[in-house]
Amino acid sequence: MVRHIGKKLLSGMTLAAMLAIAAAPVQASAATLHMAWSQDATGLDPHKQTAFSSLRLLELIYEPLVRLDANLQITPAIADSWQFSADGKELSFRLNPKAKFQNGAAVTSADVKASFERILDEKTGAAARANFLSIASIDTPDPATVVFHLSQPDVPILTAMSDVNAAIVPASEITAGSIGTTTVGSGPFKLEKWDPNSKEVLVANKDWAGGATGVDGIEISVLPDETAILAAMRTKQIDFALLNDPLVATLVPKEASLQLNRVPVLAYHVLQLNPSRKPMTELKVRQAISCAIDRQEVLDTASLGEGKVTGPLTIPALATDPNQLFCYKRDIDKAKQLMAEAGYADGFSATVIGATGEPPTAAAEAQVIQSQLAEIGVKLDIKMMELNVYVDAWLKGDFDMAVALNGGRADPYTMYNRYWTKTGNLQKVANYIDDTLDSLMQKGRTETDPAARKAIFADFEKHITEMSPWIWLYTSYSYTAQQKNIAGFEPVPTGSLFSLAKVTIQ
Amino acid sequence: MNYLMRRLATFPLVLLGVSIVVFLAIRMVPGDSITAMLGTEAGLLTPPQRDALAAYFGIDQPWFIQYWRWLLGLFQGNLGISSTYGRPVLGVILERFPLTLELALLSMIIALVVGMPAGIFAATHNEKLSDLGVRVVAMIGQSTPNFVLALLIIYTLSAGFGVLPAMGEFSPLWRDPLRNIGQLLLPAVTLGFAFAASVTRISRSAMLDVLSDDYVRTARSKGVSARGVIWRHALPNALIPVVTLSGIEFGYLLGGAVIVEQIYALPGLGRMVLDAILQRDYALVQGSVLFIAFNFMIVNLLVDLAYVALDPRIRLSEH
Repeated sequence: MVRHIGKKLLSGMTLAAMLAIAAAPVQASAATLHMAWSQDATGLDPHKQTAFSSLRLLELIYEPLVRLDANLQITPAIADSWQFSADGKELSFRLNPKAKFQNGAAVTSADVKASFERILDEKTGAAARANFLSIASIDTPDPATVVFHLSQPDVPILTAMSDVNAAIVPASEITAGSIGTTTVGSGPFKLEKWDPNSKEVLVANKDWAGGATGVDGIEISVLPDETAILAAMRTKQIDFALLNDPLVATLVPKEASLQLNRVPVLAYHVLQLNPSRKPMTELKVRQAISCAIDRQEVLDTASLGEGKVTGPLTIPALATDPNQLFCYKRDIDKAKQLMAEAGYADGFSATVIGATGEPPTAAAEAQVIQSQLAEIGVKLDIKMMELNVYVDAWLKGDFDMAVALNGGRADPYTMYNRYWTKTGNLQKVANYIDDTLDSLMQKGRTETDPAARKAIFADFEKHITEMSPWIWLYTSYSYTAQQKNIAGFEPVPTGSLFSLAKVTIQ
Repeated sequence: MNYLMRRLATFPLVLLGVSIVVFLAIRMVPGDSITAMLGTEAGLLTPPQRDALAAYFGIDQPWFIQYWRWLLGLFQGNLGISSTYGRPVLGVILERFPLTLELALLSMIIALVVGMPAGIFAATHNEKLSDLGVRVVAMIGQSTPNFVLALLIIYTLSAGFGVLPAMGEFSPLWRDPLRNIGQLLLPAVTLGFAFAASVTRISRSAMLDVLSDDYVRTARSKGVSARGVIWRHALPNALIPVVTLSGIEFGYLLGGAVIVEQIYALPGLGRMVLDAILQRDYALVQGSVLFIAFNFMIVNLLVDLAYVALDPRIRLSEH
């Protein structure tokens, strides 16, 4: 009897296994791009969402007035052309006459005005509002022209307008209160279905002003484990994927049929010191920490060398060569001397916080820093936290030191005014007030000449690395993996996947 | 009947306790729906912006008022609206539950179909080489973490054979049975492996226990065949610990198998609760934990009732 059951069981399982395999290869119809990522979008309101995946999804559906290309240059989106007035206090846009929302209505200046008024309305809760506070009023002389009147010259505002957080949404949808529940954009794809943490289905928008898309649609699956994403790519279930973990990304080139795209991003890995807490209040202690850290070793150990040592400015056109910055070459003797001069020859103890898995390298970075600082007598206690718990402590500035991956922006003012100006919203997080930094930031905001602007921000970078409130470590890559028969994807430093609009399946 | 009524009467009390603990626990953890949505960008909000978002997420009142509102809703059969899905919590849970239930059932079937015969086989071959073999495999099964097994299966299949079950979107049994089984078989094997190992070990020891009882010896001396002794006389009594174990394991599985669902990308209850906690979707966390607790109690009750069916000596209602 037992043997009988065993035999039946065996044949049953074989059958089931065959079924499993038969069901396995879910081949796409040729024109649908099957995509995967490990973290799903968290919502659909383009003005409210700040999570990486949400932005990547929404910029396929919605369009801002302008867009950034791979070199971070401003290019047309809904607007065909734009112009600053001579005094820098008026910014006007001509809209593309072909731009249409996915409900068929033309995109007009009234929609632009209503969209920015929504962002500026405090009741909306748009985090990007902080970038648009210089807007005093908006004029719409005709349906294709919008004029922003600014309370002061504001050069970075144009770059801020390239973000999907400044997307143009239909005025009618704002009135109906349906932004976030329905998605009516003017972008290359329409959202047909969203099953949170499981799947998104996008179909091509035939009326897109940017022309025909290369695929008929995109299906995005949420596969939380990146090893499983790689496995699914091996079996051709997935054509294109977003990867976060450098450990998984470095395995991609080992697969003959797969291609890894990587591009240095604007976000930066940093060790944030809290200069309001002893002994980081002492300049020499902060400088000693900067001199004791071997940034290249942190990068090599925590991230397999996948990245580049960086100063505060990660924007290629503006960045200074890190070798010219304060103590970017490790100098233990100098570090020890600075510690002794500050009265901490025997070192001190402190706690460093980090978010588990966000970024995946956080714990490893903290460990390398711990061992490097031990050489100058600093005893670090590492405290890893769930992301939300970390964010809560970080926003309150409640830490001695923090390992962080902070987002970058294409404009240094937008990227850093929040921390290093006296009125910055995150001044509480940086806990460091410096007149020089504040005035350099204000100058950089109003300067319109690119060369002069570059010089201002070079001074900023030099000064801040000398003052060492934070120890900038490295920038990593943004990774996408694709089958080799996918053509036309162009990775960009902002991490945007907008070029999926022109991707084709060969 | 009396017993059943008394057991059912304790349900609301237990659920109330569970709901209070969950409600407080998730709110005591730092961070809220706003930081979950905006991350560090939440620091750019002005106080009025923050208040507007708090009102939007329904976290603008003190916790006891929030709880009271939630409890009132509960009595009207309304578990609240999930902030992630923008839909009623109960609907979201019921959408995810069939997968979890099916996965739990499949794992249990695998565990029982493999584990019981293996346990009985080992018991009847006590201390022989084959017994040792079964015990070693069972030990390996119990001590292998399921994420290791899951990753090994995925790696071997994809790298070695170029196949993999369809991941991402789940096909319900009634819509596409073939694809459904294809998706669930490997996760069920992953979960069922350790489960089967426990069943093997417990059924082996229970069987050994029973086989040395007087009544078995009596049956043998009366000339009942070896097979008859095992299946008709010994097995029903050896089943009680197996039922207990399976009931508890099944109850756990109904709460979702977070790691296995995560690796195989199955949108089940476990992953949903995890995402809900990470995204501070309070209504969804509360609703789903309550739902899981309720299922666990039902399974426990069924296990107790099964004892009566298996052993006529047990009377549940008398004391």
